[in-house]
Amino acid sequence: MPTTTPATMAEKVWRSHTVRMRDGEPDLLYIDLHLVHEVTSPQAFDGLRNAGRKVRRPDLTIATEDHNTPTDNLLTISDPVSRTQIEALRRNCEEFGVRLHPLGDAEQGVVHVVGPQLGLTQPGMTVVCGDSHTSTHGAFGALAFGIGTSEVEHVLATQTLPQQRPKTMAVTVDGVLPEGVSAKDLILAVIAEAGTGGGRGHIVEYRGSAIRALSMEARMTVCNMSIEWGAKAGMIAPDDTTFAYLKGRPHAPEGAEWDEAVAYWRSLATDPGAEFDAEIRIDASTLAPFVTWGTNPGQGVPLSSAVPDPAGFTDPAARSAAERALEYMALSPGTPMRDVSVDVVFLGSCTNGRIEDLRAAAEVMRGRRVSPGVRMLVVPGSARVRAEAESEGLHEVFTQAGAEWRFAGCSMCLGMNPDQLSPGARAASTSNRNFEGRQGRGGRTHLVSPQVAAATAVVGRLAAPADLAAAA
Amino acid sequence: METFTVHTGRAAPLRRSNVDTDQIIPAVYLKRVTRTGFADGLFAAWRDDPDFVLNRNAHADSTILVAGTEFGTGSSREHAVWALQDYGFRAVIAPRFGDIFRGNALKGGLLPVELDQADVEWLWDALDADPTLEITVDLVRRRVSAGERDWGFALDDHSRWRLMEGLDDIDLTLRDESQITAFETERPQWLPRTLQGR
Ligand code: SF4
Repeated sequence: MPTTTPATMAEKVWRSHTVRMRDGEPDLLYIDLHLVHEVTSPQAFDGLRNAGRKVRRPDLTIATEDHNTPTDNLLTISDPVSRTQIEALRRNCEEFGVRLHPLGDAEQGVVHVVGPQLGLTQPGMTVVCGDSHTSTHGAFGALAFGIGTSEVEHVLATQTLPQQRPKTMAVTVDGVLPEGVSAKDLILAVIAEAGTGGGRGHIVEYRGSAIRALSMEARMTVCNMSIEWGAKAGMIAPDDTTFAYLKGRPHAPEGAEWDEAVAYWRSLATDPGAEFDAEIRIDASTLAPFVTWGTNPGQGVPLSSAVPDPAGFTDPAARSAAERALEYMALSPGTPMRDVSVDVVFLGSCTNGRIEDLRAAAEVMRGRRVSPGVRMLVVPGSARVRAEAESEGLHEVFTQAGAEWRFAGCSMCLGMNPDQLSPGARAASTSNRNFEGRQGRGGRTHLVSPQVAAATAVVGRLAAPADLAAAA
Repeated sequence: METFTVHTGRAAPLRRSNVDTDQIIPAVYLKRVTRTGFADGLFAAWRDDPDFVLNRNAHADSTILVAGTEFGTGSSREHAVWALQDYGFRAVIAPRFGDIFRGNALKGGLLPVELDQADVEWLWDALDADPTLEITVDLVRRRVSAGERDWGFALDDHSRWRLMEGLDDIDLTLRDESQITAFETERPQWLPRTLQGR
């Protein structure tokens, strides 16, 4: 009797999207959803135009404006070069028939927040975008990865992408996360453990009881940062949490089609006995609030510890990277992380700009004030998140605390729009990259969770909510 | 795309690891809507430093960059590849590359060459000792040579062939368009569509 070999979720999704498989060539994958934004698409649309091609499937394509947009108003993009890029997107979407959610639209926002909240990101799909944090969508059990502009053009023209088959890796997190420890802390700890190149060439499946217990928002935070340790993509098996999130969303299936879809989605989980090429195991109960001290996301430690001494690194490349990072960050070895004071707190981005993140931070800040001398920006991931937060009164918690309540966009996650760190300024940021100059030239970034961001804003130094309770 | 077969040129030793795409070209330089003109943003934060390797006369005309491990990690911005090419680079040698960067480089005809850490360090020392040292990157034989030394490097046959022929991926894919169309007829009806009324 023929039996099918047990397969991982990644293999199942891969296989079901393979249009063409030929020896010695990459597989040709069909793409179910293509997300577009203004920065990585203009040259792709130009390419189409020059070759006289059309967008093959505008009905599987959607665009939003996020990287260049201001977050202090919805009308004026003051930088003319940013405006040109936005205008190019608007013209291209018009010409090629692509749906666009422009600045000011009710569905505008960071591309990776918009797709899921519209119900466009569903289990078992292939999702691409000219943006490395496309890995976010893997939280639904989709195979989602970032691509370059040449590939954007390729998908626009053919709705497919030639891809070498990656390897698979399991990150199994069992146990229960301690009180006050979030998905952000979990993924920062994974990256510190595995290193920025640790996931390279692999599709990572996050699994285990601690992952099962996470909400969809938290799962998106975990998958979002898969690229920060080099993984091709991150995935989490769809389950009742996934289905409950999707049900009733604008693009979710309905009626009999919903049942058909759910039955299919349930079949996607990795089969018992399927083998991964690599595996990492983590005990959730050992995790703690985590912060970065350096200039890549792998350079992190628990908040309760101190800036490490580069002399303690055995690998010479890691040692010199740590030395340079400390110089850039203006930190000395042995300084307790809790003694590091900040100028700016940024709550937002596709990592932690969703409603649950804002709720968690507001919970910490309710009735408290942002420390004098600290500027806190609260930037919802999308216009819809902003509206939802306002309907819950979260904006009042933030503004009463002295934080700025802003419009949706990438904002201070990257130094491209007006929200930037000034040279030498130090930020606690819920975003995903602490690279040199990422948040503005000369700016210094500590990656943190929304809870730690909120507590840090109140204390003025890196802090966890528990520190506030102790002080009260 | 420009073809790549064998290239010989001067090289710049960039003794840094984890040179992410934000270092290669900061976001503020990504606002152009063309593919050209990105050289001015290349390594922008470091270019003011007179000691930065590309500011040293001996390395000014380099066409090969020899960098530390995890080169090109981070964002998917293909502008990083365009900036390196615009500046005049034809190849980058490093122990490891960020995946998306490597893919972008292969698409655009900038050859990413992986050599062992020890070999990269040997090249750094050799270039410091003699900045005029020329390196040959031979895609046909998949070998790199400099002075008396030479090393093999790995690259899959398909990517090598595409680079050597300067082939466009879209044209290659469209040879199989009938298979794409056939695949589309089999997709489940309930899959989402972004446009109304379809
Ligand atoms: S929020 Fe940051 S990481 Fe996310 S898409 Fe925008 S710039 Fe990229």
